[in-house]
Amino acid sequence: MNTINITLKVWRQRATGSKGAFETYEMENINSHMSFLELLDVLNERLIKDDKDPIAFEHDCREGICGSCAMSINGEAHGPVKATTACQLHMFNFKDGDTITAEPWRAESFPILKDLVTDRSSFDRIIQAGGYISVNTGSAPDGNAIPIAQDIAQHAFDAAACIGCGACVSTCKNSSANLFVSAKIAQFSSLPQGEPEQRKRVLKMVHQMDEEGFGHCTNTGACEATCPKEISTGYIEEMNREYIKASLK
Amino acid sequence: MLDAKIPDGLLSEKWSNYKSKIPLVSPANKQKQTVIIIGTGLAGASAASSMAEMGYNVKSFCFQDSPRRAHSIAAQGGINAAKNYQNDGDSVYRLFYDTIKGGDYRSREANVYRLAEVSGNIIDQCVAQGVPFAREYGGTLDNRSFGGVQVSRTFYAKGQTGQQLLLGAYSALSRQIEKGKVQMFTKHEMVDIVLVDGHAKGIIARNLITGELEKHASNAVVLATGGYGNVYYLSTNAMGSNATAAWKAYKKGAMFSNPCFAQIHPTCIPVSGDYQSKLTLMSESLRNDGRIWVSKKKGDARTPDEIPESERDYYLERRYPAFGNLVPRDIASRAAKERCDAGYGAGSTGQSVYLDFADAIDQQGKDVVRTKYGNLFEMYNKITGEDPYNNPMRIYPAVHYTMGGLWVDYNLMTTVPGLFAIGECNFSDHGANRLGASALMQGLADGYFVLPYTIGTYLSNQINDEPMSSSDPAFEKTKQSVKTSIDKLLNNKGNKSVESLHKSLGEIMWNNCGMSRNKENLKTALDDVGALKNTFWSDVKVPGRENEINLELEKAGRVADFIELGELMIRDALVREESCGAHFREEHQTNEGEALRDDENFNFVSAWESQGDLKEPKLQKEKLEFETVTPTQRSYK
Repeated sequence: MNTINITLKVWRQRATGSKGAFETYEMENINSHMSFLELLDVLNERLIKDDKDPIAFEHDCREGICGSCAMSINGEAHGPVKATTACQLHMFNFKDGDTITAEPWRAESFPILKDLVTDRSSFDRIIQAGGYISVNTGSAPDGNAIPIAQDIAQHAFDAAACIGCGACVSTCKNSSANLFVSAKIAQFSSLPQGEPEQRKRVLKMVHQMDEEGFGHCTNTGACEATCPKEISTGYIEEMNREYIKASLK
Repeated sequence: MLDAKIPDGLLSEKWSNYKSKIPLVSPANKQKQTVIIIGTGLAGASAASSMAEMGYNVKSFCFQDSPRRAHSIAAQGGINAAKNYQNDGDSVYRLFYDTIKGGDYRSREANVYRLAEVSGNIIDQCVAQGVPFAREYGGTLDNRSFGGVQVSRTFYAKGQTGQQLLLGAYSALSRQIEKGKVQMFTKHEMVDIVLVDGHAKGIIARNLITGELEKHASNAVVLATGGYGNVYYLSTNAMGSNATAAWKAYKKGAMFSNPCFAQIHPTCIPVSGDYQSKLTLMSESLRNDGRIWVSKKKGDARTPDEIPESERDYYLERRYPAFGNLVPRDIASRAAKERCDAGYGAGSTGQSVYLDFADAIDQQGKDVVRTKYGNLFEMYNKITGEDPYNNPMRIYPAVHYTMGGLWVDYNLMTTVPGLFAIGECNFSDHGANRLGASALMQGLADGYFVLPYTIGTYLSNQINDEPMSSSDPAFEKTKQSVKTSIDKLLNNKGNKSVESLHKSLGEIMWNNCGMSRNKENLKTALDDVGALKNTFWSDVKVPGRENEINLELEKAGRVADFIELGELMIRDALVREESCGAHFREEHQTNEGEALRDDENFNFVSAWESQGDLKEPKLQKEKLEFETVTPTQRSYK
């Protein structure tokens, strides 16, 4: 079995507002099939044994779909492998002797709570501002009543694939949330069900995004490049179009 | 005998007749009532949004940092509904029948029929919310088939159906949060239920960021907290999935049913090492086109491409010609274990079988296969470093879902008045084995279309009461008992990490109360878990403090509950001297090695009643009445 040795540098910070710093850990005989989060598990077991505080990090499904895990690895959101969340990053992507850094998302709208854990509730508040179709339970027509062309359904699906992890914000030099917000707006604006509320939705969600302190988009495309679900920046254009249309009405 | 309060009348008319007679709560009175809902998965989020739309005040809790992260999000394959859009003879009755049969005749007819009846409404509701289901060229909804059935009734959104359905429910929930009808508490874990005069009237929740223990009062409490697969340590459940809420309910008097019914899913990525933290499922939908096989030669060290067609054993197609690779999960899992135990397994460990897409790629082309399963193939590739387009996948069964759970009556109320359980955390619909794509269906059926009505039977009796206040002494008393156990964990300062104790529990459970069970092993396991419980409380080490983010403390509380629940699972498996569905007792099998039920003696739902920590729990029973179907030996041949 292939094993490697790694030097790990992890951002440690007690709480919001307290001073943080990188701490270095030598990791030996790491099985290359282990995931990056399992490497942190192994380190945490060691820290607990040594009466030290284990590293706090978000994780849940470990299948790349819940969007919990959120950390920059070697300066890249979710690490160096394209279209992959941190939980699905396996150690066979690293070499023996590598130094790997892990740090939390860096964005004012995602304050650090502890170590690698940040507060991403700003995303929830943007969805609450209008990221829905108003349909009460029980009032829906038959599922096949509204035919939707396959390519349009596919377009909506690709936008809806966003897992809300925040990698786009963390990567953006302006901490813009445009990719996240536009994906939700595009999902609904491409579907006939979303049409009635489209104008109100885009205005409210963009307003909330600004309220939360996210920065402006300058079209560098860094967000798409780092997005674990490869959400397209094309949705940002769609959002801008919808926003202008809504503002002019 | 427990009374499930099943309405009289014809099976097909029970729900509609009953629904129109459930007492209503007037709009003015709904505004005065508060309901606490724990969990924001499909069941919890759909119940919270629906009840808020109806006018109730809802307090919704989840331990994750956002309600959108509940584990329903990870469901891949699809959701069943009896729409008959494919014109292949599907009907409400057929979905009902398949579910009852798939559950090996250990579920309640009336509940299952209701589930099948509302299944179509779920699809309508989700489409209206903007859930992007897969569609045909003509724009109508597409379907595929799943294990255990011969029709195509599964609706899907690529391999991310759970995600899309959950985001639909999350958006409905978000709308009610904005309206102020739902108060959302993220990063909050329910740590106990508060009973006032025997009724559930609130909870104690721990704020996972500040550590504060909060009191929350309500007119009723709904648990939508998922299953307990993580008792086994390794499972396809999310790392945080836990049984604490359900277990606290059990300790407060809610009976726990059929705990030994745990589903082992046949198609998961095999274990690769002792650091393994969880297992990854490969959707059952893969069995539509993938063929499962092993070598005909024992201990065959050849790579799969070196094994010629004539030396391959497509054992599911051989043993079950009618259903082939699409037999139900329990049967597919046991068959894989049987081949591996007999020495025919693949891979260096011999603990895996092949799932091969070569024929599908030949017949349909790589592009079609990619459209159907592309994301699953990518996931497999990321985890194993192997390419399933060129080599067969290697898979092995893993713990996936728990059919057992809190006992509920037809109204989904537990044996504690005012305490309801919906979704995976109740026991009601899947008997001894759940069919694929039925978990999403049940979660949303309970949350959108059943509980919001049936909870009226309880809440309509509460309208004259003063609004419940957390100043009632029961709240402070419960809070203090929670505080005591947290202090105990933090001050124990032993030598064993929570993780290592959880792993030990998992080993005992997987080896003795997993895919195959026998009396002797179960008895030993009962002693072992008892000993582990002592070790936990004498030697657990929980670092950190109470008033901060403390992930080890969170885990410690959950593992303490898993150990006790594991004990109950073993007890239940010991008592059930028959094989049914996922519960396979080696002593009870047919000559061909199939599960052998004993309807004369075990045609009941077990319901365990806690007698406190010092005494053994008491077994209560609910007799199952089959008025419409006749239980027979399940055959998929």
